[in-house]
Amino acid sequence: MTLKSTPLNNAHRALGARMVDFGGWDMPVNYGSQIEEHHAVRTDVGMFDVAHMCVVDIKGSDVRGFLRRLLANNVDKLKVSGKALYSCMLNPEGGVIDDLIVYFINEDWFRLVVNAGTAEKDVAWMNAQNEAWGTKLTITQRRDGDNAMALIAVQGPNARAKVWEVIAQAKEATAEMKPFNVALVPGTAFGEAMIARTGYTGEDGFEIGVAATQAEALWNALAAAGVKPAGLGARDTLRLEAGMNLYGQDMDESVNPLDAGLAWTIDLISERDFIGKAALQAKGQNAQFVGLILREKGGVLRAHQKVIAASGEGEITSGTFSPTMQQAIALARVPTGVQVGDTVHVEIRDKKLAATVVKLPFVRNGKILAA
Amino acid sequence: MSNIPAELKYTESHEWVRLESDGTVTVGITEFAQDALGDIVFVELPKVGTTFTAGDDAAVVESVKAASDIYSPLSGEITEVNEAVAGAPESINANAYDAWLFKLKPADVSQLDGLLDAAAYGKSTAA
Repeated sequence: MTLKSTPLNNAHRALGARMVDFGGWDMPVNYGSQIEEHHAVRTDVGMFDVAHMCVVDIKGSDVRGFLRRLLANNVDKLKVSGKALYSCMLNPEGGVIDDLIVYFINEDWFRLVVNAGTAEKDVAWMNAQNEAWGTKLTITQRRDGDNAMALIAVQGPNARAKVWEVIAQAKEATAEMKPFNVALVPGTAFGEAMIARTGYTGEDGFEIGVAATQAEALWNALAAAGVKPAGLGARDTLRLEAGMNLYGQDMDESVNPLDAGLAWTIDLISERDFIGKAALQAKGQNAQFVGLILREKGGVLRAHQKVIAASGEGEITSGTFSPTMQQAIALARVPTGVQVGDTVHVEIRDKKLAATVVKLPFVRNGKILAA
Repeated sequence: MSNIPAELKYTESHEWVRLESDGTVTVGITEFAQDALGDIVFVELPKVGTTFTAGDDAAVVESVKAASDIYSPLSGEITEVNEAVAGAPESINANAYDAWLFKLKPADVSQLDGLLDAAAYGKSTAA
């Protein structure tokens, strides 16, 4: 099967990136050293090609009413144009179809950004609900075709300053912008730009959306300004340190989101009904989602290793060696009753090694919070 | 293009093997392998005295990305392990041919003839 590629594919090759098959996409895993790219984002500024992710525009009358029923988080938290919200989209059994960010542009237009591997499934699901509910909205994917947009994430303590250097018009629109907000900035050197103060690294920064035809020019301009290209390898260690879930690894359609550390995004309090709500209320929370730090030498924590606690067995869902902390860390689903500060044991090959249960995140804004 | 010293033998699974004058062989992972693994952060070495059959799991090298089994290229007994590399796993990234993992005394030294020479290994990694 031919791999899909983003508009930045040639730019990656020109930089000597190591390319890998990432869920059917030909993507850069690093440009030399994953660890250097990781540190660049924590201490300075790095950028990621996230154009494999898919922008979906939903337009029409009462988009909000549609999203109230479609999403597990409550879009009524989006009161002011430009505000963004993280949410799961659930199936009727309460499984996670995808996790996404929804941006409130105006009452007739909300923009979603969904994961690469789930995009087709997501759009089909949204269309099916649109038809079933007779809501007559226009649901448009913006990843392929003439209307395609590409996303580049610029992250790190110096991200905002560098973006303003490259896109002068962005400064006025975003200087006062709070985290988890978005602005549409017309008339930049790269056409209209969507500039969202969101990201997936635990650092400040912007996710920038431009027409796919402008992506390479924007990427090259950012690189010329000193923004270090970073691959999917660094993106994974950064998001893991930030305690952020990865779809398909930390949760999927078979996992109750309450057990995957996502209870804070599942609105079971308001009167609002949404797909999956009844199932989640019936199931309740049966496990907890925690951080682990390995305390003994003997390997690196990895997904699917067994976690043995006093109250039962759990599983690591994501694990790695943390470049910031210089220790093996993991996200894990463990039995209820496990407390922060407890020692548990992780099976690595033929050994059972001690690990400490910690509160997430491990790292935020360059600082180690869990040690 | 990876560095592939002509005087060594190689396996399809990216171990390098050097026959020493005392009849033991020294084993490590190739330049190509360390590059593919990325930043190496942990090495698990076998115990001295352990006996392996060619192809057995003998050691583990873990990078930030993944854990990789290292196979014994020949049948034999472990005579020495490189504790220095266990203490500084990144030395494999720095020089894969200096940072050997273990030495073994081959049960049958003619098994070496079944391994790849530098030219054949170069071909197998060029694809």
